[in-house]
Amino acid sequence: MNTTIAIFILAIPLFMFLLLGLCGKKMSHPLAGILGTCGMGAVLVLSYITAFTYFFSGSPEFITEAGERLQVVVFNQTWLQFTDTLIIKLGFLLDPISAMMLIVIPTISFMVHLYSLGYMRDHHGVYEHGFQRFYAFLSLFSFSMLGLVVATNIFQMYIFWELVGASSYLLIGFYYKKPSAVSASKKAFIVTRFADLGFLIGILILSFYTGTFDFMQLTSTPVEGAQNIFHVSADTAMGVKEWIAANPAPTFMGASVLTWALVLIFMGGMGKSAMMPLHIWLPDAMEGPTPVSALIHAATMVVAGVYLVARLFPLYIMEEAALNFITVVGAVTAFYAAMVACTQVDIKRVLAFSTISQIAFMMVSLGVARPDFHHGIGYMASMFHLFTHAMFKALLFLGAGALIHAIGSNDYTAMHGLRKYMPITHITFLIGCLAIAGIIPFAGFFSKDEILTACFGNSVVWYVIMSCVAGLTAFYMFRLYYLIFWWKEHKIHDPHHTPHDQPWTMTLPLVILAAISCVAGFVPFGNLVTWNGEPMFDHANFWTNLVHLDWGVAGISLGVSVIGIALATVMYRKENPLPDKLSNALPTLWDWCYHRFYWDELYMFVTHKIIFNCISRPIAWFDRHIIDGAMDGLAYVTNKASYAIKGLQSGKVQMYVWIYLIGALLLGLITGLCLM
Amino acid sequence: MESVGGIIMYWIIVLAIVIFSVLTVTTRKILRAATYLLFTLFATAALYFKLDYEFLGAVQIAVYAGGIVVLFVFSILLTSHPGDNSEKLVSRKKLLGIVASIATLVIAGYALISRCSVMFANLPEGENPPMKLLGETLMGTGEGQYLLPFEAISVLLLACIIGGVVVARKR
Amino acid sequence: MDLTVIWYIVPSLIMFCCGIYGFITRKNMIAMLISLELMLNAVDINFVVFNRYLFPGQLEGMFFTLFAIAIAAAETALAIAIIINVYRWAKHIDASDITQMKH
Repeated sequence: MNTTIAIFILAIPLFMFLLLGLCGKKMSHPLAGILGTCGMGAVLVLSYITAFTYFFSGSPEFITEAGERLQVVVFNQTWLQFTDTLIIKLGFLLDPISAMMLIVIPTISFMVHLYSLGYMRDHHGVYEHGFQRFYAFLSLFSFSMLGLVVATNIFQMYIFWELVGASSYLLIGFYYKKPSAVSASKKAFIVTRFADLGFLIGILILSFYTGTFDFMQLTSTPVEGAQNIFHVSADTAMGVKEWIAANPAPTFMGASVLTWALVLIFMGGMGKSAMMPLHIWLPDAMEGPTPVSALIHAATMVVAGVYLVARLFPLYIMEEAALNFITVVGAVTAFYAAMVACTQVDIKRVLAFSTISQIAFMMVSLGVARPDFHHGIGYMASMFHLFTHAMFKALLFLGAGALIHAIGSNDYTAMHGLRKYMPITHITFLIGCLAIAGIIPFAGFFSKDEILTACFGNSVVWYVIMSCVAGLTAFYMFRLYYLIFWWKEHKIHDPHHTPHDQPWTMTLPLVILAAISCVAGFVPFGNLVTWNGEPMFDHANFWTNLVHLDWGVAGISLGVSVIGIALATVMYRKENPLPDKLSNALPTLWDWCYHRFYWDELYMFVTHKIIFNCISRPIAWFDRHIIDGAMDGLAYVTNKASYAIKGLQSGKVQMYVWIYLIGALLLGLITGLCLM
Repeated sequence: MESVGGIIMYWIIVLAIVIFSVLTVTTRKILRAATYLLFTLFATAALYFKLDYEFLGAVQIAVYAGGIVVLFVFSILLTSHPGDNSEKLVSRKKLLGIVASIATLVIAGYALISRCSVMFANLPEGENPPMKLLGETLMGTGEGQYLLPFEAISVLLLACIIGGVVVARKR
Repeated sequence: MDLTVIWYIVPSLIMFCCGIYGFITRKNMIAMLISLELMLNAVDINFVVFNRYLFPGQLEGMFFTLFAIAIAAAETALAIAIIINVYRWAKHIDASDITQMKH
């Protein structure tokens, strides 16, 4: 594998960040934007080369003769060496999931870079304030996210994990003059930081007991005769588990050290991927510019949690308890978020909750995956869904951004009936909705079908719950679609300012992503990404996914989706009193959903009423009165004492001499007496 | 055992030192104080001669008596009018001075007599260090030789000359 | 009668105490400077005496005195320059009345 390409994939965005961040102010707006976009385009090309070489070249360093895909360490440099054993390395690991992310991240990022050229200016062509800063942060984010997915060790992952958190914070707070954006960015930062505390503790526990950070040592074994090539092996993970069990490792509350480490690491993933109860930051993060929401809060950063679990999956399958925990959290989150999404008014909020719900789908899929059922189909399904979801959710967000840009409001009540004015946006948005709802042959259908199959293989309970969530997904997405593009006719007040499709920089990404959403489902993921690299099918071609469908499961999920869409059509296609009637019939449920089950209020209560009042206030009092008081007292005493002895500095030399002499004599006397 | 002439010489020198020192600080005429200082310095030089350090005695007379006292006299003439007496001392201030000096005398004297055994060492056989040795020691660069301090002093004196001119010149 | 070290140190001590007395009581700056010279001289005597009695073959004490004399000369010259400057400014050289330096 070519090391230079790998280095450039990381170096170009970093360089762009430095260039635009340091010299952006000196550049004209379009130059900064075009530079950023071109940089990302270069990364796109290099990553595609890398990923396609990995998947399709058939070279023996990437795939064995039996078809097992291998992990390749392209480079792995020592970065910090604290002691002989505590070494932190930075490297580039190429394996099925990181190669897949090397397709996803640059694709979405490039689309967003291109799209922002149009989005970040108003209707008169005036660029937003801080346009260059925006591109600098986008580059920083791309760098961090790429660094995260290619991490060779868990500490590198943690470093980049924090970097994506920081760039997410910067981009959510991009409109830093808007108080709501500022508080949203703080909220995102604090909540994810709180989760990362768990992640860090998990890393420390795991590395303390195993003595390594490296994924290759935790989950893989080296291939004989090759230095940098590994293959994922359950035996290694088993070895890790047994080694921990054999060494004197304490158990805590009935769970082993490994379980705790994995659950705590998952807690970091919960924060980043907005799982309950740490999901509260994601809906607020929609205060950032819409392209940012598309890139960070829908397609890439929020799936980092899923990626993390997938990365350590061989360890997770050693601990059923941790996997079950993931499943429960994911299922509850998926259901909750889907319910809430049905009632929101702000279109970006609907999409945000939909994102939470879909990521929870991936989590459930990982949680139910067992290696003995269909080659661990859940793992494959999760990654498949990650891939397709990134495409169609980015499409939906960018579409929503186009609408918001055209209308100037996030609220669907200001939109209604836009289908005639914005045909491209309409069609692409519809494709996105069909994809997420899971209608054949769009991308979402296949990945969701695989997830439901995996759930079915684990337990019927999960299957039923997730099918309901799938139905709800179809319902709320089409509710959104109808409310934006249909419902009642739009009244045009000013014939000169009709909403219209946006410039090509914004529509082109929509069209490309829509096209990908149409065909992504046919990618034979089973042969590309599995938990141990072994292929699921003997032969793979364009029709593999369709051929191998389990029509029982697929038919039911398709039926559920169609029912959801039909329901939405009945209720929202034309203006009618049905929705109001329904909400009046179930006032409590509707209220709870509308207020997101009062989670924010609960957090407010806990932080403000309990933590602030009972803990912070006494501490603040202690600080103000005891610590500050001691300092003030010291200053007061010094001040008073200085005034008191001020007279001693009389300016009379002889007095000084006299006092000095007395001091010297006393010293001599004391010395003499002591020696006596 | 000291010769009788030596003892007589000693007593003359010591009496001169003590008496002129006291007079230096008690006289009310500043010009007289300078003169008594001159006598004290002469007596000190005599002491050096008596201890066989003739070169040092000569330097004492040349630099101290010849240079510094003349400086004092000039500055006194520049800054005071002839016939001026200094004011009579306030008793409180006088008391302070006496207390300080007596305390020093008592404590230092007590320390000298009670704690230092070397105080009663006899004069060992020694002779006047030859001039050649002095010159070599002053100008040599080896161990126990003083070229560097000598040069430092010369630079200091130069700086002092310039400083004196700068400070005292009329604006 | 033997002239031991103490016979030389005590006159030097008396000289030093005179210097202290003069430095504390006199108001005229030049008189203070004269007292200072007395103290320095007393110290010089001590160096010489110790050198002569305790380390007869060596010359450290003597040279120290030599340099001390040179430095005393330098110091006196500079001090007198300052005193003359003060005199020009204040028309007198009374140390107890010149206290502005404390600010």
